[in-house]
Amino acid sequence: MPPLLDGFLAIIRRDLLLAWKRPGDILNPLFFFAMVASLFPLAVGPSPEQLVLNGPGVVWVAALLATLLSLNSLFLSDFEDGSLDQIILSPQPLPLLGLGKAAVHWFLSGLPLVLVSPLIAMTYRMPGEVVGIMMLTLALGTVSLSLLGSIGAALTVGLNRGNALLSLLILPLAMPVLIFGARTVSLAAAGDAVSAGIYFLAAYCMLALTLAPFATAAALKISNE
Amino acid sequence: MWNFLHKMASPPHFYGLSAKMIPWLYAAGVVAVIYGTVAGLFIAPVDEEMNDGFRIIYVHVPAAYISMMAYMVMAVAAGIGLIWRMKLAHAVAAGAAPLGAWFTFLALITGSIWGRPMWGTWWEWGDPRLTSELLLLFLYFGYMALRAAIDDTAKADKASAVLALVGAVNVPIIHFSVEWWTSLHQGPTIIKEGGPGIHPDMLYPLLGMILGFTLLFGALLLARVRTEVLHRESRARWVHKLLMPAGEPG
Amino acid sequence: MTALLSANDLCLVRGDRCLFRSLNFALNPGELMFVGGANGSGKTSLLRGIAGLLDFATGHVTWDGRKILDDYQLFRSEVVWLSHRVGFKDELNLIENLQFESALRASSMDKSAPVIERLGLARLTDLPFRYLSAGQQRRVALARMLLAKARLWLMDEPFTNLDKAGQGLVAELIAEHVGSGGLCIAASHQTVEIAAPTIRVML
Repeated sequence: MPPLLDGFLAIIRRDLLLAWKRPGDILNPLFFFAMVASLFPLAVGPSPEQLVLNGPGVVWVAALLATLLSLNSLFLSDFEDGSLDQIILSPQPLPLLGLGKAAVHWFLSGLPLVLVSPLIAMTYRMPGEVVGIMMLTLALGTVSLSLLGSIGAALTVGLNRGNALLSLLILPLAMPVLIFGARTVSLAAAGDAVSAGIYFLAAYCMLALTLAPFATAAALKISNE
Repeated sequence: MWNFLHKMASPPHFYGLSAKMIPWLYAAGVVAVIYGTVAGLFIAPVDEEMNDGFRIIYVHVPAAYISMMAYMVMAVAAGIGLIWRMKLAHAVAAGAAPLGAWFTFLALITGSIWGRPMWGTWWEWGDPRLTSELLLLFLYFGYMALRAAIDDTAKADKASAVLALVGAVNVPIIHFSVEWWTSLHQGPTIIKEGGPGIHPDMLYPLLGMILGFTLLFGALLLARVRTEVLHRESRARWVHKLLMPAGEPG
Repeated sequence: MTALLSANDLCLVRGDRCLFRSLNFALNPGELMFVGGANGSGKTSLLRGIAGLLDFATGHVTWDGRKILDDYQLFRSEVVWLSHRVGFKDELNLIENLQFESALRASSMDKSAPVIERLGLARLTDLPFRYLSAGQQRRVALARMLLAKARLWLMDEPFTNLDKAGQGLVAELIAEHVGSGGLCIAASHQTVEIAAPTIRVML
């Protein structure tokens, strides 16, 4: 019986190697993130009070949309070239393999967002202490989104117009993460206590980490039939 | 008991049994709704703070309650279908979804009408229940959209079952999040109904309406599931016997 | 003596069509089963059902006396799958692809060199997979089967799109595998003679 982590590490290594050969794939969601964040001042006006007020919400909405953008292709290439058959038929536990895909997705999409977010926050005149809280909420939130998103990606892989359907499925489920993430940052900006929000985000993250891989595995088997 | 459940799981038995149950459910439901409507419109006293407009809660609250219950029925049925591979359970889930969506829509409309005099607007983001109902409607839409996107019925059943279960886990979390979010804003809330101070003359019509709506939901659900079953089992012999008069060549 | 792999009363429904019903078979080590039939008759679906990738409407498949879905992980460690979608990544080269496979299946890469040599792939190890021809890609899939320590080979149309030499190679490998105690189920609309005890099923 092979050690349980072999497949998990192997799929991470393989997907990172694939991403290394196509580095452009990381940049798209980042550019999208930056562009969406730029839309608001352009549309609503650059008044400083509005910027400061809207900053946390805008950063969070942009991060959510950028994450959705990159979720669509999570399982697509494996589905199309037959790798998904081999992955499902491997003796390694499918939930762990699904978790590995979600982990790579976060590393290539969520983590860069977190690292770039201070730049966006700066354009919204977010004070330094608040930026730290924002990055923490984004880190926890993007992990949850990658996990939740992998379920949606598994359910819609290979469907016509699966992209729009994926967003429709995931957005309502992602609302708690958005609500707690964005409002916690607003609370930090107002000087209020943020522990409730951080605890919630961490708890949701743990819940997603425990349950999402099983849902993703079930969805993959169903979609691959 | 086990035998009864086993029998119920068989589509032809269900089809026969539900035919007998539906008229009773409709009758009882209509009676309860008539009681609730008459009592709610004429007998319940007017609250000091509100005028007669509050009476719309006799539609809004039951509709909201059914919208949540329908989602749970859908999720449980989908789960049973997925785990125990019962085709009838999948048919129940498929039938419950559009019904639940309609009740959610009804709850949103009536909630909006109710709040208008108080808020001065047709929509108030700060009201937790209205926003929760809206997200519930999106969950229903997602479920129905996923079903519609998959051609093979069995595959659609299984995929939407996974979605329904994931949604069911998230529904309480969504509710809690929206409550927390609106509590920060300290906006106007609809009513403290169900609290200790509610007048019995106001409460009983409400309970009557809830009971009535539940019975009617049951009848409507059975009717939808019957149609689903006929559609899914259209090649089975019992369906052919049912739809073609006796004596004609099959 | 009960067969190692057997199936009981299989019925498959795709969309609204019943592709086949009341299908039974039994397969023992050292035996090969050929599934024949016209295109669209359900050969691929039968194989996918045996693999556990899709559900049968009725009936079940047993491996070693137990239903495969009762201990699916055990069954997966005994099975290896080949189809026309070879299941390798285009951007990675042969070695990188096989390394991933070996981690998935607990087979070691040590034996890979002689296998690659035997299949005539030695010169192609550094090319991205997309540059290999269809025949060469199929041979990499055969390498996967040789490297996996799996008793049951499930092969969907293994002879299609291969020249005579390629078909001969596949036949030879199947004969060897079956000859050393393995089992093989191959679906093909072509009839190919293989030196092994063969059961034929027509859909």
